[in-house]
Amino acid sequence: MPEQGIELEFTLESADFNGAGEASSKIKRTLQQLGVRPDIIRRIAISAYEAEMNVIIHAYRGVMKAEIYSDRTELVVDDEGPGISDVGLAMQAGYSTAPDHIREMGFGAGMGLPNMVRCTDKFDIKSIKGVGTKLSMIIYH
Amino acid sequence: MKLAQVRIMLNAEVLCGMEWLDRDVKSACGSDLMSDVLAFTKEQALLLTGLTNIQVIRTAEMSDLVAIIFVRGKRPGPDVIEMAQKMQIPLLTTERQMYEACGLLYKDGLAGCSLKEEPSCCRNKG
Repeated sequence: MPEQGIELEFTLESADFNGAGEASSKIKRTLQQLGVRPDIIRRIAISAYEAEMNVIIHAYRGVMKAEIYSDRTELVVDDEGPGISDVGLAMQAGYSTAPDHIREMGFGAGMGLPNMVRCTDKFDIKSIKGVGTKLSMIIYH
Repeated sequence: MKLAQVRIMLNAEVLCGMEWLDRDVKSACGSDLMSDVLAFTKEQALLLTGLTNIQVIRTAEMSDLVAIIFVRGKRPGPDVIEMAQKMQIPLLTTERQMYEACGLLYKDGLAGCSLKEEPSCCRNKG
């Protein structure tokens, strides 16, 4: 694996439910090709997918970036959207503002952010109401 | 337990992935909440669900699930089946309801994904 890392970048669009997961899928396949351990890949894939779904469900648009180094993967998901009014509340398992049509698809259970925290080694969230939300995550290999 | 045994026990029809029925199933989870599946299942777990959309396949892909069983005779559309085939995720459908399907498999020794109840099953290694 090159020392400077491999960078992947994806544009995410609001309500693109058919394309939802494609970015995370590509990240996962790249990690597999690089020979990263399967249990580590699984944690990265789950974190990326939860973040990707959040943008598609809640934001207007966003960018997901994955930087893969020999010892770690860094995920940054930056969206333009309504932002989160109470980040502390959003981090609680079970808290969700997702509408019914999202819940009918199997999402919006309020497990996304806590799940990302659980799967990553470093997790940071910054949200500005009316502007958007930025997630930064690191998973060590 | 092999996936082929699960198929017999639930009298399930194989929608795709007939060639992967010799896979081992280590544990199982019954849920229509994909976030719960992402949070609580372990790799090589079997998912029983009543949801048939594309997100179910994506969730299985991200979580390294071994196969998906649709309960209550539900069938996904051809686009969903095609995607699962491409990702090598076997899809089966059973007429059994969720509670019955889970109960039959559990009674026959297929563990859940709870760490507390099944310390030997499917715990993350590292």
